[in-house]
Amino acid sequence: MFLIPDIVVRFYHRMASPPHYYAFTQKIMPWLVVIFVLLTAAGLYGGLYLAPADYQQGDSYRIIYIHVPSAWMSLFIYMVMAITGAIGLVWRIKLAEVISISSAPIGASFTFIALVTGSLWGKPMWGTWWVWDARLTSELILLFLYLGVIGLYGAIDDKKIASKSVAILAIVGVVNIPIIHYSVEWWNTLHQGPTVTKMDKPSIHVSMLIPLLLMALSFKFYYLIALIQRSRVELLNRERHSQWVKTMLSEQQQ
Amino acid sequence: MSFSEFLAMGGYGFYVWTSYGLTLVVLLFNIIIPVVQRKQFFRQSLRQKRK
Amino acid sequence: MKPARKQRLILIGLMVVGVSVATGFALKSFNDNLMYFFSTTDVIEGKAPKDSLFRLGGMVIKGSVERPNDGMMVRFKLTDFSKDVTVEYTGILPDLFREGQGIVANGKLNPQGVFIAEEVLAKHDENYMPPEVKQSLKNQSEKGKGQ
Repeated sequence: MFLIPDIVVRFYHRMASPPHYYAFTQKIMPWLVVIFVLLTAAGLYGGLYLAPADYQQGDSYRIIYIHVPSAWMSLFIYMVMAITGAIGLVWRIKLAEVISISSAPIGASFTFIALVTGSLWGKPMWGTWWVWDARLTSELILLFLYLGVIGLYGAIDDKKIASKSVAILAIVGVVNIPIIHYSVEWWNTLHQGPTVTKMDKPSIHVSMLIPLLLMALSFKFYYLIALIQRSRVELLNRERHSQWVKTMLSEQQQ
Repeated sequence: MSFSEFLAMGGYGFYVWTSYGLTLVVLLFNIIIPVVQRKQFFRQSLRQKRK
Repeated sequence: MKPARKQRLILIGLMVVGVSVATGFALKSFNDNLMYFFSTTDVIEGKAPKDSLFRLGGMVIKGSVERPNDGMMVRFKLTDFSKDVTVEYTGILPDLFREGQGIVANGKLNPQGVFIAEEVLAKHDENYMPPEVKQSLKNQSEKGKGQ
């Protein structure tokens, strides 16, 4: 891979070693938490208090500040899970497998949040909790894909084989991602079209957009924090017989 | 704007606050689970070592 | 890259392409079933089912909403900016139902070609703005028309 600068390659190799990853993530964790708290506080203050009510939907639209970032995260985390799963399959990097499987419960949580908050928004605005239109149905399939990944991984005892099976399932499921994104354009749906990613003209007022972007960023940091927490435990369990875990355990004992 | 007006959310308080509350619970759950699991791992490993 | 890795990478690539193509064909053949509602033009052109329930989507024409018997029954016209269909509905309308708003109604056509709705859902648009901004946009477009 001649295109990648040397320093990136070195960083990559260091990070791919479990003990380094374990120590490094512990060091950066407080910073991540601080950034997350600041972003969330600013986003919520802007979204719930500063931003004006919508001309049509009144205050009910404020659900957007968790609904839309969660929906974005549900797609983003799936892509991370599938790509790290593929890296694990091709290059047999243990850490990639760990990142992949640790992402699944977080992605499932965001998908669940997107579905439930959407339902809580749909009831007063559309007049129904749920409809089987293309957007809602494909997002529900995403939740089942996540649950499938978690279930399959748990069902296979040999974690090497489990990682491979799960990666293949995740990669196959990638086909659902563009379907979710374009569902509102390809078919008639009750769900409205995209707002922020529409390029021609912004269809959300700037006072409402800024908190939305802050919340989107805050959820990214939440994902990082939750991912680090989960992956560290997964790593400990998988590497329990390796020297670095044993050394750490004996240090803990003293 | 008074605090009770803020809570009422123009009549949509139930929907808005249920959404935010549920999100908080799910996100907290995701942070707490790994902490519990890590404690469990250390407890178990140390017990096995002593045997 | 080592041959074994290359082989695995190609295998994954083929898998993704294969699944995508298969899904693409499946979606293409089920395209009509994936449409959540029929448009008013579909109804006028006879593409919508005659005797069974189906969903009709469109925009409520401004000034078309009336309550003929002063009761719960509402009558309004839906349009997709090319053909119109009259809808009758008895029941509670969602908060967002208003003239100029997109809606989706579930119901059946009667012999006169009037759509008898059993359920009305509001389809809100993707625009979010404060009421004052909406008002000023409206004033601007009216000024534009006046000139």
